[in-house]
Amino acid sequence: MQSVTRINDFVVKFANVNGSGSASANSLFAKSILRMGVPVGARNIFPSNIQGLPTWYEVRVTEAGNLGRRGGVDLMVAMNPQTWDRDVAEIDPGGFLFYDSTKPLPPSKFRDDITLVGVPLTALCNGKYALPRERQLFKNIVYVGALSFLLGMDVPAIEQLLAEQFESKPKLIAANIDALHMGRNYAAEHLRPLSLRVEKADQVGDRIYIEGNMAAALGAVYGGATVCAWYPITPSTSLAEAFMQFCEDYRTDDDGKSRYAIVQAEDEIASIGVVVGAGWNGARAFTCTSGPGISLMQEFIGLSYFAEIPAVIFDVQRGGPSTGMPTRTQQSDLLGAAYASHGDTKHPLLLPKDPSECFEMGAVAFDLSDRLQTTIFVMLDLDIGMNEWLCEPFEWDDGRSLDRGKVMNWQDLEGGREFGRYLDVDGDGIPYRTYPGTHPSKGSYFTRGTSRNPYAKYSEEGSVYVANMQRLLRKWDTAKTLVPAPIRRDAAEPTADGVIYFGSTTPAMNEALTVLEGKGIHLDALRVRAFPFSNLVMDFIAQHQRVFVVEQNRDGQLRTLLINEGQIDPARLPAVLHYDGTPITARFIVSAISRLVDEAPHPMSQAAE
Amino acid sequence: MTYLLKPQLRHPKLAANSLGFTRRDYEGSVSTLCAGCGHDSVSAAVIQACYELELPPHRIAKMSGIGCSSKTPDYMMGNSHGFNTVHGRMPSVLTGANLANRDLIYLGISGDGDSASIGFGQFAHSIRRGVNMTYIVENNGVYGLTKGQFSATSDKGSKSKKGVINHDEGIDLVSMALQLGATFVARSFSGDKAQLIPLIKAALQHRGAAFIDCISPCVQFNNHNGSTKSFDYVREHNEAVNAIDLMVSRDAIHVDYEPGSTTAVTQHDGSVISLHKLARHYDPSDRAAAISFLAARKALGEIVTGLLFVDPAAQDMHDSLGTIDRPLNALTDAELTPGARLLEALNKSLR
Repeated sequence: MQSVTRINDFVVKFANVNGSGSASANSLFAKSILRMGVPVGARNIFPSNIQGLPTWYEVRVTEAGNLGRRGGVDLMVAMNPQTWDRDVAEIDPGGFLFYDSTKPLPPSKFRDDITLVGVPLTALCNGKYALPRERQLFKNIVYVGALSFLLGMDVPAIEQLLAEQFESKPKLIAANIDALHMGRNYAAEHLRPLSLRVEKADQVGDRIYIEGNMAAALGAVYGGATVCAWYPITPSTSLAEAFMQFCEDYRTDDDGKSRYAIVQAEDEIASIGVVVGAGWNGARAFTCTSGPGISLMQEFIGLSYFAEIPAVIFDVQRGGPSTGMPTRTQQSDLLGAAYASHGDTKHPLLLPKDPSECFEMGAVAFDLSDRLQTTIFVMLDLDIGMNEWLCEPFEWDDGRSLDRGKVMNWQDLEGGREFGRYLDVDGDGIPYRTYPGTHPSKGSYFTRGTSRNPYAKYSEEGSVYVANMQRLLRKWDTAKTLVPAPIRRDAAEPTADGVIYFGSTTPAMNEALTVLEGKGIHLDALRVRAFPFSNLVMDFIAQHQRVFVVEQNRDGQLRTLLINEGQIDPARLPAVLHYDGTPITARFIVSAISRLVDEAPHPMSQAAE
Repeated sequence: MTYLLKPQLRHPKLAANSLGFTRRDYEGSVSTLCAGCGHDSVSAAVIQACYELELPPHRIAKMSGIGCSSKTPDYMMGNSHGFNTVHGRMPSVLTGANLANRDLIYLGISGDGDSASIGFGQFAHSIRRGVNMTYIVENNGVYGLTKGQFSATSDKGSKSKKGVINHDEGIDLVSMALQLGATFVARSFSGDKAQLIPLIKAALQHRGAAFIDCISPCVQFNNHNGSTKSFDYVREHNEAVNAIDLMVSRDAIHVDYEPGSTTAVTQHDGSVISLHKLARHYDPSDRAAAISFLAARKALGEIVTGLLFVDPAAQDMHDSLGTIDRPLNALTDAELTPGARLLEALNKSLR
């Protein structure tokens, strides 16, 4: 049997039991490799449960910087008897199985095309620790120690990380380092290094390693959000919690008073209600939620659209419909968010690709919502939101000022400027507003979800209603020019084929493009970053005969938006859809696009015949 | 109709308050409610209370949900911003508005459909959060705009205009507000201006969640024999526990009740509520006693009105959250954005 030999380019998957303390050990493993200058893409695959169910952690070691999921596993760290069979089956031929060899297992439990690496973890821990909890927790560090020998990892880097992690509890530093060396020494005495190796490199640069939810929360702080109302829901909860922490750190006055207000509301409807109330009153406000929350917020989203009230919603998407797969990832709220609420409505969506963009878009969403006086969605997903990603460092220009949009103040009103709350003065469809309490006799208005004239007076007149709805469309056209533009990457050779993708698909897509190019399949690629679509998106489609649309949902929701908004012939947009709840892989994209190309190498020739 | 402005003509001798506003300046558009509607009397009482308290009209934010009652903010204080939100959700919108600017005066107007059915949850949570507001429910026990269905405050056994008997237990919003921790709880009757106006004034001066359940008969759909929210029924069964006067700190304290029967309660802002006891042994500072008193009188078929509970030292949501004294919507970029230097330090910690 030929074992795979790979340096700085392999996939390790940890199979654990939820609640066993494995998460921090696994994260330690990934960060240690980062500290060696080798990029990693790491993903938690976890259940909707606190203790006892299977959980996995997949680490892709990739000096080449392919941070998406590759697909396949080279080394399985099988710590969960419940999932043993499927875990063993998932290993690529020639791969490795690392397991706890304390209790002998029958040969039928193994495969003969993989290499077995047994370490008696339970025996080692039982010999060393008396308390059951210690035996459990340190077992995780012991296997990290053993792996450090097997893969050639840098021990000082791990020790340094442990020292940072337990800075406030020095006793634990020594205990963890002990456990690390126990595992490492056992492996050194009894085993040989694997042909999977980590070697020091210099490929991480100044990049940072952070979860998207945290980054988005930081974006909200920098974007000037002062009011947050939220209701706990996986996978968005950590966004609100991070906002709390950042605000405590950055927005607390010397006297302990807060320059922010956070309310844990009674439900998602109240959350968005608070946001709309605060937005109406001139504060920057947001809520964070997931698909089920978006369903509940529909009525208020329509009010925000029609009464023109700024609001920001971070939607950390999970597997739907209904309760769906609460701890799995999907990009399946696009249509529900884009056209949320009854009547004719549409709402801008921002589509970040990684935590860096979560920060940037998280901040700019507040400028856009004030400028456009409407709800702005920032569409994360569980993969970006809850996993740590290696990404560009955050940047902020101190010269940048927050755009509060069109607001008339006391001087404007006193100076005699005409105020009509829904009057299109500038021709861009965006009216002026006033904050409540601005002026004793000028600029007040009554906000309502009913139809009204440009001066905010109730009206059921058909022509008045139509004029207002047309103005909202003008505003929508203005939005196209303000939202983040798409990013284009052309193929090495001229081609009639293109591909459109967005969000967390990006790293897998980038890798797939390189692989496809190697196979002679050339695709111009466009990463869409927002809805409404900039004209550049429609131009891109017009320039290609066939454009694959790659996304992580069943129904091709981005594709539907493109067809609907651009009046595109659906036949020109073949769908590449991944929606099993795990993040899309480069292998999946390559195989799906290769198959489609094989089936119809010249897309338009059939149509022409 | 609701956009109609009232004629600007005014009586030359209309008295102005110290801000220079006449009562007329506190009015709004012409009401589109039915002639004789109790809600219009409540609007008039709110207007009178704001005029007498000399509140700057534009510093009042009028919030409502959906329904007949929720239309009324348009009929008062035409120079105030108003927000007619969505059904049953006024409390959350008011909460958000209050978080954004704690300096305005928040008046929430709702109805029994809006607050006791679809919005029961938001009613409850805004009160337990201690939002600084005056929350008035214009309670007619019926869905007026949709022509006469029972509401959740309709009493068990009461009869609809079409003769249907209500078999469901009625929700008593006042008892609920007491249990939920409201720090000012009152019930009144739209037909009793003398009682209602001082209660609204005291509620507006109260810091914290002030709740007034105002029985406000629906002349179209719930003013018949067999209704327990008709003008006649309420007048016959009304038991007022006290009569109150509200004096703001600048007023000379003047009480003309019998000595010994009057208690003065000083609120946070220095205003003084002077309570004249009508029911012996009723103590509006005892929450638990108020709840059991209400239950006992309800069993007798009486509708207890008056100031039922007040905690003059109440704290509000901003106290609990520890927010700065200035409005959050007035913070500058520099106060909001931590800047590039802190971001670089953060980047460093993430490597």
